[in-house]
Amino acid sequence: MILYILKRLYQLIPLVVGITFLSFIIVQLAPGDYLDQLRMNPQISEKTINDMVKVYGLDKPLIIQYINWLLNALRFDLGYSFSYQMPVLELIKDRLFNTLFLSVVSGLIAWLLAIPLGIVAALKPNSLVDRFIQVFSFTFMSMPGFFFAFLMLFFAVKTGLFPTGGAYSPDYEQLSLYEKILDRLWHVSLPAIVIGVGSLAGLVRLVRSTMIEQLQSDYVLFARAKGLPERDVILKHALRNTLNPFITILGFEIASLLSGSALIEIIINWPGMGMLMLDAVLSQDLYLVMGGLYIGAIMLIVGNLIADLLLAKLDPRIRQREVEGVLR
Amino acid sequence: MIESIKKNRLAFLSLHILLVMYILTIFADFISPYPYDVQHRDTPYHPPTQIHFFDQEGKFHLRPFVYGYKMVDPINKLYEIDYSKKYPIYFFTYGEPHYLLGLFKTEIHLFGVKEGKIFLLGADSLGRDILSRILYGARISLSIGLIGVLLSFTVGTIVGGISGYFGGRIDNFIMRVSEILMSFPSFYLMLALRAVFPIDLSSTQVFFMIVVILSFIGWAGLARVVRGMVLSIREMDYVLAARSYGASSFRIITRHIIPNTYSYLLIAATLSVPGYILGESALSLLGLGIQEPYASWGNMLASATSYTAVSSYPWILAPGVAIFITILAFNLLGDALRDALDPKLRRLIK
Repeated sequence: MILYILKRLYQLIPLVVGITFLSFIIVQLAPGDYLDQLRMNPQISEKTINDMVKVYGLDKPLIIQYINWLLNALRFDLGYSFSYQMPVLELIKDRLFNTLFLSVVSGLIAWLLAIPLGIVAALKPNSLVDRFIQVFSFTFMSMPGFFFAFLMLFFAVKTGLFPTGGAYSPDYEQLSLYEKILDRLWHVSLPAIVIGVGSLAGLVRLVRSTMIEQLQSDYVLFARAKGLPERDVILKHALRNTLNPFITILGFEIASLLSGSALIEIIINWPGMGMLMLDAVLSQDLYLVMGGLYIGAIMLIVGNLIADLLLAKLDPRIRQREVEGVLR
Repeated sequence: MIESIKKNRLAFLSLHILLVMYILTIFADFISPYPYDVQHRDTPYHPPTQIHFFDQEGKFHLRPFVYGYKMVDPINKLYEIDYSKKYPIYFFTYGEPHYLLGLFKTEIHLFGVKEGKIFLLGADSLGRDILSRILYGARISLSIGLIGVLLSFTVGTIVGGISGYFGGRIDNFIMRVSEILMSFPSFYLMLALRAVFPIDLSSTQVFFMIVVILSFIGWAGLARVVRGMVLSIREMDYVLAARSYGASSFRIITRHIIPNTYSYLLIAATLSVPGYILGESALSLLGLGIQEPYASWGNMLASATSYTAVSSYPWILAPGVAIFITILAFNLLGDALRDALDPKLRRLIK
């Protein structure tokens, strides 16, 4: 297992270099440079700007600039946001927590509902329940997330059941720990439902079709033949085999949760990375764009890595194949 | 394949809905009663006008008509039906001049009223007809899906084909590049790539910018799948046969290998059109895509971000419904295609 982890980490090196290089190139291609915003400010003298050019090494060749940025980025020193007037990392920290929190909660909603619903649908294909689940899944697969967000926002305002925007209440600081947790959960519920239901719609179809396939296989027939109760056949045999491929899908899910949450964050006014990226793009705050892109990619890579390790943990064949590849 | 789509009623319906939508789009300027940018400043947020055949006294009129509306609350923009005013609807009537199919100048519109106003789906904050704007916006949303898919699939297929067929270093390099692209959450990458282009572009430039951005993100995943397929097809006997009679690599890739991926590509293309439509709407919704006064389903929904507007004038959500129907149709169609080409699951259910 340790060898396997080492191998996976080793594979990440070119990926991280590539990601940072691409982020850097994208930002270089953008019109204007880091200091344009400051140049427009009449209170900042020419000399200060020239000093800053020196401090940030903006007069050096591009490749040196890239290496400097990369070395700093590896230590998570992501430069300075000129529009917010604070270090990019400080800015990203809070937002990152909010985004991860939102992604985890919406992921939980999606998975905890998708598995039972998928099984129920698979047990009686084409039954009324199955049809209902299929209709639900097609509807929400095709419903644009932002449109669903509009509807939910409207619902929240009309009923007052959910707060609209923000990650916690204004009086958050005065609450006890228990109330703090409840307050956070209450605030995360609206965006998490929007994102979770969207992801649930796709997942439930996959669980259903995999489960149907498993239920037709010989080992299920055998288990039934030897007289196992149907409950055990499904939960102990079919379900286990159904869930295996889903650990791979977990990796993709993380990607779509992160990416999907960005737009919903902006619409529901959830202070996460998505809002920050939009602000950065609108105000041409290039260090912030680059930092957001970098952190976004790192989150995804780490997510995929966790999914891979989980799969390797559960399936020794994969572990063995990969490690043998290294030793050979 | 067409046979099995015909059997699947929903997919058959979706195919027809899409065909009708594309036809409506081509004739958008003829069908829509008003041009997309005509503002009726005196009637902001005009509610949808119902078409009537019977009047207040229950008398039947062969020619359908709409009632006039009068504003009762200019601050909240609330209207009331004014039953004393009836405006008959005329077909093939004269309106604003437009170029049919971009060629023939004509003033004839499919329908319209001579006096009063007809807003079948209501009007927006500037009093522009939402139906007309949806029809014009469809030009962008529906074409961006097709052009984007065409571009990214051409690139993805060729690159994936090369990667799978030659293997070795080329393969390694291409796969690393695609991995890098896929390591970014796509929405973040989309926003960052948007920052590469200046904020103020002409509408045509914005259109192509969006296509390029979305295709740049989209080709990588496809290239990986095509590569995997090519890897297995490459070992087939008929490829060996082609090689044995001296066919060139190019010929083998384009004539023997890629055609075998067509059925998969068709499914994948149908199922990935929604992604492009959503990408465009998301960018336009955030004000980074198609700019006013041009209509796109995304930028029309920008006003729906305010829930006070949505609660008082729910018809401004209409473009969202249009997006929903389009995506649903593409999904149902793609699903039926998949069933047709991969009958395993269907057999299992029966």
